[in-house]
This record gives sequence, C-alpha cells and structure tokens, in this order.
Amino acid sequence: MTTAVANPKTEVIRPPELEVVNMTKQFGSLIALDQVSMHLKPGTFHALLGENGAGKSTLVKCIMGFYSPDHGDVLIDNHAREIASPRDAHHYGIGMVYQHFTSVPAMTVAENLVLSRFDSPKLINWKEEYEQLNAFMADAPFKVPLDLPIAQLAAGQKQKLEILKQIYLKVRILILDEPTSVLTPQEADEVLGLLRESVTAGRLSVLIISHKFREVTSFCDEITVLRKGKFAGRGVVKDLSIADMSEMMMGERREPQQVTKTLHPNPKAMLEVQELRAHKDNGVEGVAGVNLRVHSGEIVGIAGISGNGQRELVEVLAGQRIATGGQILVNGEPYKATRAEMYRHQVFTLPEEPLRNACVAHMSVAENLALRTFDRPPQAKGGIFLILKAIREMATGLISTFKIKTPSPETPVGNLSGGNVQRTVLARELSSEHIQLLIAANPCFGLDFAAVEYIHGQIVAARNRGVAVLLVSEDLDELLKLADRLLVMSEGRFAYESAIAEVDFATIGRSMAGH
Amino acid sequence: MAAETIGWWGVPLAIAAGTMRGGTPFLFVSLGECLTEKSGKINLGLEGTLLTGAMSAYAISYLTGSPWLGVITAGVAGMALGLLHAWLTQQPRVNDVAVGIAMIIFGSGVAFFLGKPFIQPSAPQLPTLNLGTWSSIPSVQEVLKISPLFLLGVALAPLMTWFFKSTRWGLLIRAVGDSPDAARAIGISIPKVRMLAIIAGSFLAGIGGASLSLYYPGIWSERISSGQGLMAVALVIFARWQPMQCLYASLLFGGAQALGPALQSVGMTQGYYLFNAAPYILTLAIMILTCSPNRTIFGAPGALGTDS
Repeated sequence: MTTAVANPKTEVIRPPELEVVNMTKQFGSLIALDQVSMHLKPGTFHALLGENGAGKSTLVKCIMGFYSPDHGDVLIDNHAREIASPRDAHHYGIGMVYQHFTSVPAMTVAENLVLSRFDSPKLINWKEEYEQLNAFMADAPFKVPLDLPIAQLAAGQKQKLEILKQIYLKVRILILDEPTSVLTPQEADEVLGLLRESVTAGRLSVLIISHKFREVTSFCDEITVLRKGKFAGRGVVKDLSIADMSEMMMGERREPQQVTKTLHPNPKAMLEVQELRAHKDNGVEGVAGVNLRVHSGEIVGIAGISGNGQRELVEVLAGQRIATGGQILVNGEPYKATRAEMYRHQVFTLPEEPLRNACVAHMSVAENLALRTFDRPPQAKGGIFLILKAIREMATGLISTFKIKTPSPETPVGNLSGGNVQRTVLARELSSEHIQLLIAANPCFGLDFAAVEYIHGQIVAARNRGVAVLLVSEDLDELLKLADRLLVMSEGRFAYESAIAEVDFATIGRSMAGH
Repeated sequence: MAAETIGWWGVPLAIAAGTMRGGTPFLFVSLGECLTEKSGKINLGLEGTLLTGAMSAYAISYLTGSPWLGVITAGVAGMALGLLHAWLTQQPRVNDVAVGIAMIIFGSGVAFFLGKPFIQPSAPQLPTLNLGTWSSIPSVQEVLKISPLFLLGVALAPLMTWFFKSTRWGLLIRAVGDSPDAARAIGISIPKVRMLAIIAGSFLAGIGGASLSLYYPGIWSERISSGQGLMAVALVIFARWQPMQCLYASLLFGGAQALGPALQSVGMTQGYYLFNAAPYILTLAIMILTCSPNRTIFGAPGALGTDS
C-alpha cells in the first residue's frame, strides 16, 4: 500500500475478476470436485460454504496451483490462465492464507516477510529491508512487531501476520481458508472488518472459506455453496436467511438437535485439580497453577485460544505429560493417571488428534477397541493370554453400535477416515458401563455435521447418566451448547468462570485475549 | 619428546596444539552437519564421509604430489557420498538414521577397500604456517605450526552465521528445516534444497577428512577417525545448531582429545587410557546434560529428522 500512495495509478486498478469454470479434480477413485463453477466479482467479499469434505479446500488449492485440476479452467479477467504453482497465482495477484500457519517459527517476522517475497534478493541488506518494512507496517491495517520470532507470537498475531504477508506481496485477490478458527470473536471481527474496508474501497477481492454463518452474514456480499464435491448453489447474502444457506449446504432443511439435560440427583466432586503446573514442549510453563473441580453429572467446559495451556492440561490429566507441581484428585484420592488408577476410577479420555493420541495407527480396529480391556477377563486369561475371539466379538458389537465404517475389524485403524477414527475412540472410551469421569479435548474437530451431532449426543447422554465430563474445546458454540459451567483459559490460568446460564459473551472474548 | 624439556608445561601446550590440530576435523564435520541439519535432515554418515575424505586426500596427494589437489578430491568424494545419502533419505518411508548408519559402513568400507595400497607409502603433507619462529623452545614452535585448513575452518564459522542470516539461500535452508509446510507455501522445492544442503555438508566433511590424513595426524590408516565423525554430529546438538558455537565446541573437543597423549608424554603411565577416552565421555556427558523428558531442545530445526 505504500506504493499506492507514491503511485496513484495503482489506486484505480481494480482487483482482477476471477472465474472458475467446470472444474473437476479426482484423487484416485474419489471425486473431490465435480464440474464446479464459481464467479468472484472484482471488489467483493465472497464466501465459499460447505460441510467438511465438500471440496472447498480442493477448489481453492486448484485455483492456487497446488493441485492441477483434471478438467476445467481458471479465468482471470476473462482469459483462461494456466496456474501451475502458487508462484503463478501470485503473478496474477492471487494470494492465500492457509488454515495452518505458514510462517517459519524459528525466524523473525521480518525474516518471514522478506522470505515470502518471490523476488527476494540473493543477499539481504537488512538495514534497507527494515526501513521498507517499517514503512510498510506504518500503513498496514494491523501491527506486528518485526523483530520477534514467530514462535513468540500469540495465535491471533500469527494469523494477522499471515494476512499482512499477502498485503505485503500486493495481492489483489485474497483467499482465506477458515481464517478465524484461532481468533477470539472480537479479533475475528477486527480482522474481517479491516479487510471489509479494503474490499469496500475497491482495493481487494476476498474469497473466504468459512462455516460461521455469523461471519458470512455480517461481512460477505455473495456466497457459493458446495456439497459433496458438487456445486450446490449461489446467492447474494442479503437475500438469504441462515436456514436457506444451511439447506444449500446440507441438502435438506435440518434444525440443529436440541440437547436435553437432566439434573443429576446427588453430585459429588469427581475430579479435583489443585494448583496444577506443567511445562510446554519447549520447557516454558504452559499450565501455571490451575484449580478446577468437576462434579458427577456435570459438563465443565474450558474455552480458550489454542496454545494457552489447554493441551498441556489435558495431557497431564491423560497421563501423557508430567506435572511440575500441584496435584490431581479423583474421587478424593491422589491420581497419577496409571493404568490401574484409570481402571479403578473408570477415567476415560477423548484426546484431540485421536489417531496420534489415542490409537496405534498400524494396529487393527479390533485391537484398538480393546486397548482398555485386553488384559482383563473376559478378553484375557490371568492377565497374560489373550482370548482373541472375545476381543473380536466385542469389536464387532462396538462397530455396529457406534456405526464405525470399516471394511473389517482387522483393518488398521490408520486407514479409516478421520470421523471413523474418532468414532472408534469414542466407542472404546464410552463403552464402559461404569464410566465415572470423561476428559474430552476438541472431540468434534474436523468432523461433519452428522458426526458432530452424534458425538454431542453421546457426551450429553454420558452426563445425564452421572458421568463427570471435562470438555476442552476451541469451538465456543460447542461449549455454549454442551457445558453446564464454563471456564476460560488464558496463558496457563483460568481467566473467567461462570455458570452457562449467566455467561457474558463479551467478557469471554476479553478473557480469551488475556485482558 | 620435546615436552620433557619443559616438564608439565607440555600439557597445556599439547592441549593448545590439540585444539587446533584435533579440532580441525571436528570443525569441518560439525559445520557440514550444521548446514545439513539446518535443512531438516540428519546425516550420520559423515563418519564414513570423513574416512573416505581422508583416504582420497592421502591417495591423490601421494599419486600427484599435490596435497591441495588431495583436499579438493576429498571434498568431491564427500559430495558423491552426500549425493547418495540425499537421494536415499528422500525416498518415501526411508529413515535418516538408518540410511546414516548404512552410509557410515559404506563410506568406511569404500575407504578401507580403496585405501589398502596407501597405508605404507608416505604422501606429501599440507604446508603449515610456522608462527612460532620467534621462540627458541622447539615445542612452542611445534605448537604454532598452524594449518591453513584450520584457519579456513575458523573463517567458515562466522561466514556460515552470516549466510544463514543475510542470504536468500540461508533463509531458504532455515525455512525448509524448520517448517517444510511454510517453505512449500512459498513455492520452494524442499527435496532440492535438502539435496544441496546435504551435498554441501558432505563436501565440508570430506575436507575434514583431508585435514586428518594430510595435516594431523598426517597418516592414512583405518583407525584414523575413531568415531570423530559421529562425535561431530553430537557436537552440533551441543552447539545448538549455531556455527559459531560449533567452532568453540570443536576446539573444546580437540583439546579434550589431546589430554590423554599429553599426559602420556609427560610420563604419566597410569590411567592415561582414561584420559584418552575424554572426548567420548564428553560426548556422553553432553548428551545426558542436554536431554530432558519435559522439553524439546531449544534451537533445533523444527522438522529435523521428521518424515515431512
């Protein structure tokens, strides 16, 4: 934008028009995109909607030149263009902010910005670069300190940097892939609001992948909807209701199921955490003395932006990380998350990234389902000899009750889709009849609508049976729907606590940001 | 032995000489490994590269009479092994460490096989800069015979620091090693960068080998390296992947290596074997001190040794 001031000619150039015509992309036997067309008008804020697996990411990656489409064209200002790599896309003024951060954590903000330039010089004159970067930052919509390493930035700052990087590259069409999943609601509004201003001023077109209707209705002009790899509809946002949009996405009108909660008669403290402390992977304190109590028949939700100690807290509770201080009591007894204690107190866990944290990818579905029980009767004799028939029977039963889609119980669990891996873990962790404490972390991350409803239903059902549930999630809507009590974690501490009926949305956002 | 005339003063003198002589191969191998690991790949095979370098330098120096040609050949031989390592480790589902161990065996095997005829003959050595002519004590003069290779290595360390900070290629290598996803997003070919980083690192390790056979100890035998290549890999961890710290650590290891022979030369007859083991003990101690179950090592390239 600095050049825009110096050279008024660039001010009047409108962003290019982008059209996708009949695009098809096949991965093996899976048709990820089937004859999809889309039109991004210059100077508009366009949302790409669809459930998980609808082909949104595939479509934008074809536009960016990450994938080469099997069929179909990308038209820029009515000319068919060959885009073979992100470098080509950049040449036409198209840039993308990915779902995950693409800055190098060990390098500083300045180094990342210089590196991101496709034409960065062979020898870098840091004095000169800093002068230019400072000038750029002075005009930029958000500010990020130039000489901090990325690893020391908060998630929100990292996301802002990703967008800044594209502005720095003088991108005219900005593609955003779920950019607000790591931001607090206020930060999301700030970032999208500033981009909206640029769009309204005619400097930029934005194509945003989102599943948050609130963001779509307040910032977007038009939508294109995909369903199972096919074009499912388009429209102007102000003519559409949320129900219309979700109908386009799901193919049927579906009201979200209301969860019914029953009151538990005599709650007792199942889980008690006292002054718990733990380090992050890099040796910095991640959990900085937290106190927490979860009663039977209660769901306690922990909200927060990722990287504020939630992961470390869950790992300590699951026995995956050593606490550096404080203690955990389960049923009033000290708890060290040994296998014997887990069995005695019937503690179960649904960790995030289940394939990595709760499954042995190369072992079969049946073996993974038996991980909690294989060394006890009826699945084992004397704790030594396994009775494979019993393991297989139990697995077959669980596969049908929890509707796990697997070719056979002998299939390695790593071959299943994400949703079915999640169901496998859910089946194992919820199948015990005497379960007393459930610790769940982001249990619905990356799952489709139906799977999410199912898992929510199972968690609430467990709660209604008297199970104490600790639910850690980055999805505030999920917490507001399920939890009885809500805590906000920020910088390793709890910054907010409230019963769900009395939560104040604005205060939650502020505590998430650490104010 | 000269050390007898100056008594116990011989010990610090010998250690000083050791830091410069014994430190040179450590310096080249560790800088090479540092360059390779910055790109996210581990090359344990540098032990084999070191031996192949030592052998080819000695052989070429003997055959052509030009030690400098030997040094260049050692580097080129290293590059050939590096190319093989780079190609193998970038195949799908191939593990860096397993290939590295295979390359240690392969590199030493090649060196022993081709080097058999060169164990007896004596090859022209690299010239040294004699900075000790002002002193009348022969052992001081001996210590101050400094190899240009050592000076080259010392100059290389700050040069590499600058390279990683202020050149496009330096930033690219760091990006690839720390976050391949990020590198891919800016359109960098990861296999290409890693291939070049491994080959360049192996070139340096080959030169390290030349310093063994053409400078100190200045012979070619099968036991010439005795694990220095592997120790240099450990040293990179100790140096936190910083070239300047590689320099200091190499000098420390070179000095530690000289401890045993120095004590022996002043007439210590018992227990000097223990001091001969000083570099190995130092390696173990460093590994124990720098590991922790609770945290990952600070400064390690993020994608080091991973499958991405």
